[in-house]
Amino acid sequence: MTDTETFEPIIIGFTCNWCSYRAADLAGTARVKYAPNVRLIRLMCSGRLDPTFVLKALSGGADGVMITGCHPGECHYLEQNYKALRRYMLLKRTLAQLGIEPGRVKLVWASAAEGVHLAAEITKLVEEIRALGPLNWPTAGDGTFPGELGVEMNTHEEVAA
Amino acid sequence: MTQHSKPNDKKERIGVYVCHCGSNIAGTVDVENVSHWAGEELKDRGVVVSRDYKFMCSSLGQELIEQDIKEQGLTRVVVAACSPHLHEKTFRTATERGGLNPYLCELCSIREQVSWVHTDKAAATEKSKAVISGAVERVIHNEPLEPLHVPIHEATMVVGGGIAGIQAALEIADAGHPVYMVEREPSIGGHMAQFDKTFPTLDCAACILTPRMVSVGTHPNIHLLTWSEVTRVDGYVGNFTVTIRKKARFINEELCTGCGICQEKCPKKVIDEVYEAGLGYRKAVYTPFPQAVPKYPVIDKPNCTYFQKGTCKACEKFCPTGAIDFTQEDEVITVEVGNIILATGYELFDPRRVTQYGYGRLANVFSSLEFERLSNAAGPTDGNIVLRDGVTVPKAVGIIHCVGSRDRNFNNYCSVICCMQGLKFAHLVKERTGATVYNFYIDMRTAYKAYDEFYQRVLEEGTLFVRGKVAEVTDAARLPGEEGKLIIQVEDTLVGKQRRIPVDMVVLSAALEPRKDADDVAKMFGISCSADGWFIEKHPKLDPVATMTEGIFIAGCVQGPKDIPTSVAQGAAASARVLGRIEQGEIALEPVRASINEEMCSGCRICNDLCPFNAILFHEDRMVSEINPALCQGCGTCVAACPAGAISGTGFSNEQILAQIEGLLLLNMVHPTMAVPA
Repeated sequence: MTDTETFEPIIIGFTCNWCSYRAADLAGTARVKYAPNVRLIRLMCSGRLDPTFVLKALSGGADGVMITGCHPGECHYLEQNYKALRRYMLLKRTLAQLGIEPGRVKLVWASAAEGVHLAAEITKLVEEIRALGPLNWPTAGDGTFPGELGVEMNTHEEVAA
Repeated sequence: MTQHSKPNDKKERIGVYVCHCGSNIAGTVDVENVSHWAGEELKDRGVVVSRDYKFMCSSLGQELIEQDIKEQGLTRVVVAACSPHLHEKTFRTATERGGLNPYLCELCSIREQVSWVHTDKAAATEKSKAVISGAVERVIHNEPLEPLHVPIHEATMVVGGGIAGIQAALEIADAGHPVYMVEREPSIGGHMAQFDKTFPTLDCAACILTPRMVSVGTHPNIHLLTWSEVTRVDGYVGNFTVTIRKKARFINEELCTGCGICQEKCPKKVIDEVYEAGLGYRKAVYTPFPQAVPKYPVIDKPNCTYFQKGTCKACEKFCPTGAIDFTQEDEVITVEVGNIILATGYELFDPRRVTQYGYGRLANVFSSLEFERLSNAAGPTDGNIVLRDGVTVPKAVGIIHCVGSRDRNFNNYCSVICCMQGLKFAHLVKERTGATVYNFYIDMRTAYKAYDEFYQRVLEEGTLFVRGKVAEVTDAARLPGEEGKLIIQVEDTLVGKQRRIPVDMVVLSAALEPRKDADDVAKMFGISCSADGWFIEKHPKLDPVATMTEGIFIAGCVQGPKDIPTSVAQGAAASARVLGRIEQGEIALEPVRASINEEMCSGCRICNDLCPFNAILFHEDRMVSEINPALCQGCGTCVAACPAGAISGTGFSNEQILAQIEGLLLLNMVHPTMAVPA
């Protein structure tokens, strides 16, 4: 697995229901090919992206994360992609402090019409992550974070209990 | 024991349904293998049934799901097929028929996002498994939801008074419902009002358009707001509040009779860049054309002598009813509407940008809109087709197609109407001047009813067709017979030779382009533009007049270049969609909304400023925030920001997303069989 030639990274992609998820659909309809390493999650907006989701993915075995949203100024919810951008900038710093290459997490703007662009960005990120090698974040692989980080997310039921 | 951190303690009974989609999915994904895998490996996660079927969306496929819910007691359904944007509703409805809440069904895409974009069958099969695993984990946390019912306000707003907007407004008004029509120019009519003849029947544009305009102007259900612009749109489907700036006309509409004396007496002549395409003059107080609706003129403030120099007031002096009011100011009005139809049309490509064709530099090179005015009986030359000097009748005319269209330097798309427009021009020139006419085309595109017959007719009339993209239009004579002429340099690709064709007049069939402010308009109404700048429809084939935003519809050239019949059809189609809504009286909206658990809210107010829709209220007395579900649009930004985890996003909860991440990474497997770093 660690051999960079056979290493197939796993990337979790967070998409916006209004633009990038539709771009992914469009890439499909147009039969644009891209690397199969990315697995997408649909959110209503890039603003919904809690940075914890990214940490969760990385700690759970993902080698990279792609965050996608509408182009600045084109947010379906007016301006929430700017909030995603702010969180992304902070997240990159946090990752660096945790000793994780900030290049493993990438923010891409893709409108609903940009299937080709999204596909190209996915393939590009796969190659970038492939060059970085596997993440192997110290974790038991059970989806929990190493204890000292203490960023395990509480569910509503747990907190309420 | 699984490695999963939160075991499926709810003991859900999940059915997994994998679709072949004929060979669309099965051609790249080993569907049987995936289905078998889900049945075996996800058993511990609650999967009790896993099936594959040729077409899950067929009635037989849907019945499979319904039967299993009833017979096997399923509590959750996962369908792996096409995009949720295509068939989510289909499978949710099937789930509901089976007796489950529709929101307990999760559709994951293994077509648009797997089989259609990957070629390696093994990798595509493995990815499909991960995608299904993610959906299974997510669906465990799905909650039964009820759609929100929103009442639909009876009134509709139509933005743009061209033929598409006119059609839409009349259909709705005739059905008995109120319509507000907003038009930026002083009169409705749009581009069609500038044309002389319409292809292929050669009806006079004014003859067929003006009765419609009059109907709009006099219709008891239509409130016409010309010389007005929408400045702000608030609210959501069923309940939009639209703010409109009604520009000062400086004419009291109550008193004005539309007699036109003010226009006669006004001493200031201005080149009419809009209606006459720069070929003719209007006064500083004007109606764009005699049949304008409404009949009231406007005073063009930047060109009015009184406004600029402080003296004149000739119009006021001569107005028999005292309707001139120089003190009028812009008025801001707000109206409540349930639906909005955008029919703001197109702009003509500026042919100056193709410098080699000499428009703006060579006097007798005309744009298509200029030619429309030139050939219009009510135009600046009374319909005489003459050169820029206003008297000389051309002996030879060249019509160049695809100026700014099908050209990588400008627009890749075909502007649809230019071929037929070029044929119409050729016919008019022949008929009125007997000149030799050349059409320079890349491909002739005369699809649709009676169009090709018109092409044949123009061929028989003796118009000459040269296949090739014109390289240059020049006045530099090189050969005998070229002096004083415009020479069209072109490669005739049917003959395979360069030709120089001397003519007296060149007409450029310019592209249709999106309005310059299309981006701003799209943003204001919350819809999206394509890369070219045309508004994007909900579905290119099956839903061409709806947009991704509920309650906003599009009609005519805002959606892409089209001819008059198609624009009219779209106007009518958009109105049919709106009328359906009005008849129902309410609409069911996706219950994707955020809500705050007051027990957990610390009252920090971080969420308050994040909401772009002002949906979050802060209760000072209880020191907690609350979300108004009618205003919330469900983006989830507040959910992600709440430091206390007090906000939950229905349909996209933390539990659902975190579980889906685990599922996608196959952390739920007893024996990881796939590429998961140890």
